[in-house]
Amino acid sequence: MTEFTPVSAAIGGALIGLSAVMLMALNGRIAGISGLFSGAFFSEAGDRAWRGFFLIGLVAAPLIYTLSRKAQPAFEITSSLPVIIVAGLLVGFGTRLGSGCTSGHGVCGMSRLSVRSMAAVALFMASGAITVALAKLAVGG
Amino acid sequence: MRKNVSALVAGLIFGLGLVIAEMVNPAKVLAFLDVSGHWDPSLAFVMGAALIVTAVGYRLVWKMRQPVFAAAFIVPQTREVDRRLAFGAVLFGIGWGLAGLCPGPAIAALSFGGAPAWVFLGAMSAGVAMFDLSPLAAPRKQPVAA
Repeated sequence: MTEFTPVSAAIGGALIGLSAVMLMALNGRIAGISGLFSGAFFSEAGDRAWRGFFLIGLVAAPLIYTLSRKAQPAFEITSSLPVIIVAGLLVGFGTRLGSGCTSGHGVCGMSRLSVRSMAAVALFMASGAITVALAKLAVGG
Repeated sequence: MRKNVSALVAGLIFGLGLVIAEMVNPAKVLAFLDVSGHWDPSLAFVMGAALIVTAVGYRLVWKMRQPVFAAAFIVPQTREVDRRLAFGAVLFGIGWGLAGLCPGPAIAALSFGGAPAWVFLGAMSAGVAMFDLSPLAAPRKQPVAA
């Protein structure tokens, strides 16, 4: 259970949007993390370095936050390790097969009214919600 | 080089956004997906704000002839909603609902998420490799310049 935090959510979301706009304006690329991440390993050699730098920024950002706030971001995960492994495999394979994740489809694709992205977001939101509901039933929650 | 610096800064801003929005907390994500329980709609505000900024920003950016540090804007041109897209999105959603992590937060959480974050990223990388090293990756249409 977490509290509803619309203001920090909107500020965080606006920063994500700013990052996406910046990457398009400067480098001409979509800020889709699953594609960016896989491309850091599996794209043509000349197209890898900038992806690596974006990912370094992504990892470094929470460290800067931690230094300035003197507290780490909250991270509560209750899933067991086998479930985490299955989840990771599904997220990695599924986002590649479906050509995107929450950022690439959810932010970049939907913002340009891509029908593919709208379909993908509807499907992964629905399957995510159904999974959570079924997991609650399974543990009797 | 300039491309790498701009990507680094964009990554920093993206990561700060994820942290401030608390999207890096799996419990927060699962509370958003738990529509029948103690629903926390915060993530809808994350996506809404990101969408507004990106929709307006992209439109302004695309008035430029080309990106500042690159020759062309590279935007996916595929239009059809096919079985691959649908099947992939459903699989991703199941994984998202099981752990509460999607690719961005999974990477951003490495410094504070402990063993679960590293195990998830390891498994996610294996899932990515299973796709990209398989014949499935071959017919992928290359993005074309907009």
